[in-house]
Amino acid sequence: MRIVCPFCGERELGEFTYLGDTKPVRPEAGASEDEVFDYVYLRDNVAGDTSEYWYHGGGCRAWLKVTRNTLTHEISSIEPAAGAGAAKVDA
Amino acid sequence: MAGAQTHRLGNGGLVDRSAPLNFRFDGKAFSGFQGDTLASALIANGVKLVGRSFKYHRPRGILTSGSEEPNALVELRTGARREPNTKATTAELYDGLEAASQNRWPSLRHDVMSVNQLFAPIFVAGFYYKTFMWPAKFWEAIYEPAIRRAAGLGRAAGVADPDHYDKAWAHCDVLIAGSGPTGLAAALAAGRSGARVILCEEDFTLGGRLLSDGGTIDGVPAAEWLSRTLAELADMPDVRIMTRTTLFGVYDGGTYGAIERVNDHLPSPPQHQVRQRLWRIVAKRCVVAAGAIERPIVFAGNDTPGVMMASAIRTYVARYAATPAKRLALFTNNEDGWRTVETALGAGLQIAAVIDARPEISPAHRSLASKGGFPVLHGSVSGVDGGKDGVRKIAVSLTGGARAEVEADGLAVSGGWNPAVGLTSFHRGRPAWRDDISAFVPDGAPPGMVAAGAANGDFGLGACLSQGFAAGAAAARDTGHSGIVGTAPAADDEAFSLTPLWHVAGKGKAFVDYQHDVTASDIELAQREGFESVEHLKRYTTLGMATDQGKTSNVAGLAIMAAVSGRSIPETGTTIYRPPYVPVAIGAFAGHHRDETFHATRLTPSHHWAVEQGAVFVDTGLWKRAQWYPRAGEKDWLESVTREVKAVRSGVGFCDVSTLGKIDVHGPDAGAFLDRVYINTFSSLAVGKARYGLMLREDGIVYDDGTTSRLAEDHYFLTTTTAKAGLVMQHLEFCRQVLFPELDVQLTSVSDQWAQFSIAGPKTRDLLREIVDPSEDLSNEGFPFMGVREVALRGGLRARLFRISFSGEMAFEISVPARFGDAMARNLMLAGAPFGVTPYGTEALGVMRVEKGHIAGPELSGTTTAADLGLGKMMSTKKDYIGRVMAGREALVAPDRQVVVGIRPTDRTRRLRSGAHIIPKGQTPGPGNDQGYVTSVCFSPTLDQWIGLALVERGRERIGEIVHAHDPLRGEDYDVELCNPVFYDPDGGRQRG
Repeated sequence: MRIVCPFCGERELGEFTYLGDTKPVRPEAGASEDEVFDYVYLRDNVAGDTSEYWYHGGGCRAWLKVTRNTLTHEISSIEPAAGAGAAKVDA
Repeated sequence: MAGAQTHRLGNGGLVDRSAPLNFRFDGKAFSGFQGDTLASALIANGVKLVGRSFKYHRPRGILTSGSEEPNALVELRTGARREPNTKATTAELYDGLEAASQNRWPSLRHDVMSVNQLFAPIFVAGFYYKTFMWPAKFWEAIYEPAIRRAAGLGRAAGVADPDHYDKAWAHCDVLIAGSGPTGLAAALAAGRSGARVILCEEDFTLGGRLLSDGGTIDGVPAAEWLSRTLAELADMPDVRIMTRTTLFGVYDGGTYGAIERVNDHLPSPPQHQVRQRLWRIVAKRCVVAAGAIERPIVFAGNDTPGVMMASAIRTYVARYAATPAKRLALFTNNEDGWRTVETALGAGLQIAAVIDARPEISPAHRSLASKGGFPVLHGSVSGVDGGKDGVRKIAVSLTGGARAEVEADGLAVSGGWNPAVGLTSFHRGRPAWRDDISAFVPDGAPPGMVAAGAANGDFGLGACLSQGFAAGAAAARDTGHSGIVGTAPAADDEAFSLTPLWHVAGKGKAFVDYQHDVTASDIELAQREGFESVEHLKRYTTLGMATDQGKTSNVAGLAIMAAVSGRSIPETGTTIYRPPYVPVAIGAFAGHHRDETFHATRLTPSHHWAVEQGAVFVDTGLWKRAQWYPRAGEKDWLESVTREVKAVRSGVGFCDVSTLGKIDVHGPDAGAFLDRVYINTFSSLAVGKARYGLMLREDGIVYDDGTTSRLAEDHYFLTTTTAKAGLVMQHLEFCRQVLFPELDVQLTSVSDQWAQFSIAGPKTRDLLREIVDPSEDLSNEGFPFMGVREVALRGGLRARLFRISFSGEMAFEISVPARFGDAMARNLMLAGAPFGVTPYGTEALGVMRVEKGHIAGPELSGTTTAADLGLGKMMSTKKDYIGRVMAGREALVAPDRQVVVGIRPTDRTRRLRSGAHIIPKGQTPGPGNDQGYVTSVCFSPTLDQWIGLALVERGRERIGEIVHAHDPLRGEDYDVELCNPVFYDPDGGRQRG
């Protein structure tokens, strides 16, 4: 598998580490135990496109948000994951 | 000199008669020529019997001339290089080659296990499941070893492989599999377009079927076109042609696996060269020009030596000038088989008869028969009379019911051709059935891949050339190359006509899968017993599961299953195709990653100095760390370690601790960032101070620990454990980038930049004063416990000094740029000599940390909470941090959790061992009363007895209680007392002094 790092270009899978689903967002400081429990443990098991975190540890050390099809391994988008998991604080 | 090559033609072929090669097969001397395979050389010497079959030990000969060969498997080479299950049909002959037949005893001609044929009724499909069911204990002791001895292939060398294997990457625009007419035409078009091309050919000679079948291309003989084309390709700088290289796998994103047999054609690799090289090729486009495999017809006795594929006979005669038979019969159901007659007649062989299963044959063939003086029999071969010496007579069932007999010493069989659909189907692709050729063809392919020519079901030479050329041009265009490609090479297509015929009913064993001895009746039995699905059929009968993966057998097996289950072949379907397409040695996948180069090795800055000191090293992750420094006269490690601990506790010692992970945390929000990743607070840490920190995982379990120092308002220096150095960096980057993007902070890994030494013991200051510039104040007031400061060393070098202690002694850690690490170790030795300075290793470090009750890896086990470790009070209640909420879950704060406590044996002389279970005194050990286990132990020189740390239920409430330690692994039972885990200097006066 090849991943096109937005900073380093196309690189081989071995340079990257997989973490998992980008959907869960870290709850705010005052969140309940249930909310945090869901954030830590609840994941969908998707057959199809998923958005997931990959770490370019063998390169620029950027965390990336990768949209990958779990059936075909086809990657349709890759972007920096900056702020993707941050609690949404009302302005 | 070995015997004459009795079955070699006087001229012709692609062998070099001026380069004779001697070889041995089963100890007997033979000779062949440069350009032979082992199989062609054996044929040239009249050898027909080359092996015994898997289950029945039936005599077997050579069936094919390529990598699809199921029968002619040999042990190649001897000693450590002996390689079992090597196909004689692809093994290149070299001078001095030694090969042995397999699966026979005492000899190939007299194999006692051939009595298995008499017991054939028990070796039917599923015989493992049916026959060896009981008594159960017989399986491991008797049945399995007996079966393994009797049924099997070659023997592994049994000793380490002396050769080296390499792994390499290659990149190209267009990858082409196969160098037959299709592949070469594709390479021409892609190369002329200006694309970067890699062409892989598993043979050692380029040309594919052109080498055997010839033909006319662009008005000239195929051989002439071939040399002209290869010359043109050789002149293209961006076309790389790799012979002896098989493309075996297709992976995601246009990555392909190929195995290059770099030196398999030599007795052993030349010095400093590898045996094989595993390629990972990244290609934007791939043209599969892998051709097709001729398929056998299943009839009784079809495994008799001398029965061969018709195309293989053409190859042996035309390419190798070797004659498998003197009087040959042909059994065909299609037009292509007749080409073997033409080749055989051209080489002066006799044709005994052609048995053609089709209702009609062409007038041209009819006239060929009358000219050649041989009969054409309409019907099928129903039996073969012969044995280990080959074919004698062939029984024919004529259309209409009459019978005939043909005397011949060889039988060519052609049941049609199966496109090589492996590569195109590796992404779970299912090939589609094409009625006109009665074969499966690729139905789509992995992204970027296309099949052309015979691999796509178009067998004619003209079609192969034009399809290959078009596919090569299109692939080049797709990758942005638009050079002028010229016109495609042209040739006529051969006539095609085929009447499907899979199985001829008859008396006697009719083999479908030669290598696993699967017969037509096994498939019928599997169907009767309900194993009708192809995947069940495969596993129940082992059809297609051998080292050849059913290249010659799968389609015939499916066709027979289709017939007996009353379904069509496409309804019956194919099994899933999986790489590798050919067997690949595990050594090639490992490459250089074996033995001491299995993984990278990291050396501490003082490594070479420690080697000079005679240190014993221990692997910790990738690191080599000095474990202890033995001295002359010390009888074991314990004596050395005890000496090192006593020296530190009474004088001064030092230890290289550079393996700890080190991360620079910079930025105005550095403190706020650390507050969120540690359970305790760092924003309040004063500049010039260090603090011990603990990190949790988001699920509330302890992740890592270490000291972090504040070097400046916006600069912290964080340390991690050795084991977690990389992971903590990754975790912190996740926190920084993904979770807390609003914080202005940067992380830099500086683990390799700093050499760090722990200097410990009451004489630490005495030693340091010899190292550090005299102007630096090292007094307790000038440099208090947990203080951190940059200092000048004598000579001007700047160093960082941390007053932290893992040993519990008065201690500093000194840190200098890594390139000065070696010099620092030497200077510490030199400057410390008057104080008896003693280098100590990781064992003494560990002893002192247990004496001091510090937690380490065994306690940071991924199951413990901060409170379990006695560090619950560090958990801030004034801020949010990673893991805070989940750490508060009911079970993680339950009062009966197992927590860290000290233990010491009630018998002071007893040795403790990690892993023993803690059971309440007086109870019989069992899962119901297991209250924890011993995590760390050491012999404490300070207390002169063994001590340890344990995780024990409510342990801290039970100090003083005597419990039972139960160690079923080592058969030990003894009592221990639960105690304060801080065995040494519990009030910490020494480290603050």
